[in-house]
Amino acid sequence: MQLYRLALVAVTATAIAGGVAANEDVINMQSDPSNWAMQLGNYQGHRYSQLDQIDTGNVGDLQVKWTFSTGVLRGHEGGPIVVGDTMYIHTPVPNIVYALDLNDNGRIIWSYEPRQDPSVIPVMCCDTVNRGVAVADGKVFLAQADNTVVALDAKTGEPIWSVKNGDHARGETLTAAPVVVRDKVFIGISGGEFGVRGSLTAYNTNDGSRVWRAYSTGPDSEALIDPNKTMMMGKPIGEADLGVSTWNGDEWKIGGGTTWGWYTYDPDLDLIYYGTGNPGTWNPAQRALNGERVDNKWSMSIFARDPDTGLAKWVYQKTPFDEWDYDGINENILADIEIGGQMRKVLVNFDRNGFGYTLDRETGELLVAEKFDPTVNWASHVDMATGRPVVLDQYSTFVQGEDVNTEGVCPAALGSKDQQPASFSPDTGLFYVPTNHICMDYEPFAVSYSSGQPYIGATLSMFPAPNSHGGMGNFIAWDAAKGEIVWSKPEPFAVWSGALTTAGGVAFYGTLEGYVVGVDMEDGEELYRFKTPSGIIGNINTYEHNGQQYIGVLSGVGGWAGIGLAAGLTGDSEGLGAVGAHKALGDYTRLGGVLTVFGLPN
Amino acid sequence: MRSLLCRIAAAIALVNGAAMIPAEAQEGTVPPAPNDLTAEIDPLDNPYHVDDGKVDRGTYNGYRRYHSSCHVCHGPDGLGSSFAPALVESLKSLDYVAFAEVVVNGRQAQGATGNSVMPSFAFDPNVMEYMNDIYGYLKARTDGALDRGRPQRLPK
Repeated sequence: MQLYRLALVAVTATAIAGGVAANEDVINMQSDPSNWAMQLGNYQGHRYSQLDQIDTGNVGDLQVKWTFSTGVLRGHEGGPIVVGDTMYIHTPVPNIVYALDLNDNGRIIWSYEPRQDPSVIPVMCCDTVNRGVAVADGKVFLAQADNTVVALDAKTGEPIWSVKNGDHARGETLTAAPVVVRDKVFIGISGGEFGVRGSLTAYNTNDGSRVWRAYSTGPDSEALIDPNKTMMMGKPIGEADLGVSTWNGDEWKIGGGTTWGWYTYDPDLDLIYYGTGNPGTWNPAQRALNGERVDNKWSMSIFARDPDTGLAKWVYQKTPFDEWDYDGINENILADIEIGGQMRKVLVNFDRNGFGYTLDRETGELLVAEKFDPTVNWASHVDMATGRPVVLDQYSTFVQGEDVNTEGVCPAALGSKDQQPASFSPDTGLFYVPTNHICMDYEPFAVSYSSGQPYIGATLSMFPAPNSHGGMGNFIAWDAAKGEIVWSKPEPFAVWSGALTTAGGVAFYGTLEGYVVGVDMEDGEELYRFKTPSGIIGNINTYEHNGQQYIGVLSGVGGWAGIGLAAGLTGDSEGLGAVGAHKALGDYTRLGGVLTVFGLPN
Repeated sequence: MRSLLCRIAAAIALVNGAAMIPAEAQEGTVPPAPNDLTAEIDPLDNPYHVDDGKVDRGTYNGYRRYHSSCHVCHGPDGLGSSFAPALVESLKSLDYVAFAEVVVNGRQAQGATGNSVMPSFAFDPNVMEYMNDIYGYLKARTDGALDRGRPQRLPK
């Protein structure tokens, strides 16, 4: 193994100074700005492009160059991948993958459509979404809803190998985009609302054999934690098997902690990063120990792991003992920024719970934790010594108790931000974040576990953040060194699309009504807006072909946003002002998967 | 009441492999429920009590159970979503027995949006034990007797 690593280091020494080998092919693809080689643009999750042909001066002239219907109507998350002359796009169930020829107006080179058991569909809690494919070493990796991981030949679409990662009869499904590091592909799991036990699994990219699996709950031997080495808040955890002892009895076995977000990787530190989701039932009383709060580790945590062994280098739990479904799976963006006069290697996470966290990504030390939406009220602040949120009793659904409706909690269970990935611009040093601006009432109650059935145990109603602009979303610029909003642009609906920043000084995002919006990265001033055929919950990507820069996005409303907002929220007629006057998303857009590609006039 | 129990038993028996009742044979236009506050709650004839926005215990429980087990597909307040139909529309033509049949057996339909699949809840105690309450809540919504949002409870 060591020899193999050394060999690869030699090969890629020019690509990554001082680092161990990542994946030569992936590094090469992502270092060429004409490609959009990974779902998040690069290993670090920047969603930034060096392309600058489209800039603040001409973005207003953008026009649609070509379009492509995916033939599938459900919610389209993720985005187009471009490598050389080929674009790869994917769909929700039935999880079709298309390879399109950019030299021939998007002619279909090949398509792949798996046969899947339809009984998978209803265990996908929030629509049959898929967040896209990964391309590496001449293969296209797809995580299908029915738990099949398949490697396709990138030239022909023929399956090379496939492997099962879970069982939908237990409520397990796959929605997340794989990531490839060296000869391993990382696969997460979905099903947090069905009492599954979350994990991240590494498979060998050559033959699909399983290399390791790290569970999010349970004994250290299965969570791949060494309590004497794995760090938490800057020192070793010390205590063994917290993934068992911080639960009520065997609840950890159905303890959630799913891993359906985005994964990032630091080639220099050789660590992969990902988040774990909400613990088991949404009724916190059933997860308490002897009537007291208990951490439910390692749900709601950020893990840094060795990609070869899976061993956790460090872990940080953002929301111990969740009481609101603040599902902690959001992407961890790796950036080098100046904090207190020093350049720091940081990880920045915009959590569902409304706090923007900045951590040292080598040690897991917590540097900054501030609210990225001013309405967040469930906790007053994060105690920087312990890393724990200081929860207010008024908004604690545990303190208020079972069968009590806890009112006015901000954010709602959708989070101040859901899975829609943010962007980091090395030009401005700022983060550009699509956010939700929605609050909720939440009433937990007793629920029984039944394998493969919903395991929720709470009812909640959501409404636009009170005493604000009346809209349900904002697109913000965030200073992760100070923990401050730089500017904030209100939107009528939650901003549920992945953001893009560019060297041309334009940031892009999509809206639930279906608009592609371009704004000036300096001040958020809107420079461009075009309505695509359906609402956008996908990510906006950019690439260059034959010397022209293009912007590509999948429309197709759905997902949790489509379920929660299609009919509008309650309280939508209560004097919310112009921006909040029409709340039903169904009045603006309907289903339909379409790729739209934009470019400048010739 | 006895006939109701028999009909539920018949619906549940379908789980064990018997043919599904064709949906159209079950469906017609269902008249609004009477909302007779003096009569006992009965899912067939008098599924809910609503008085000035306040509801009986079962309908309130139905609100909670719906928003735990059903709303992640069927949307808030029975209004539907991009993923599953609005039950405040469906219950205009599905009576209690037809409703129970779908909840127990599930349903698959091929439509323009691809496979639409309702799972069987026959083995989910969070649904089966409260099916009457869930129906009562949705029927009150369907009949326009109850607004969106969290209802208040009638005094006992």
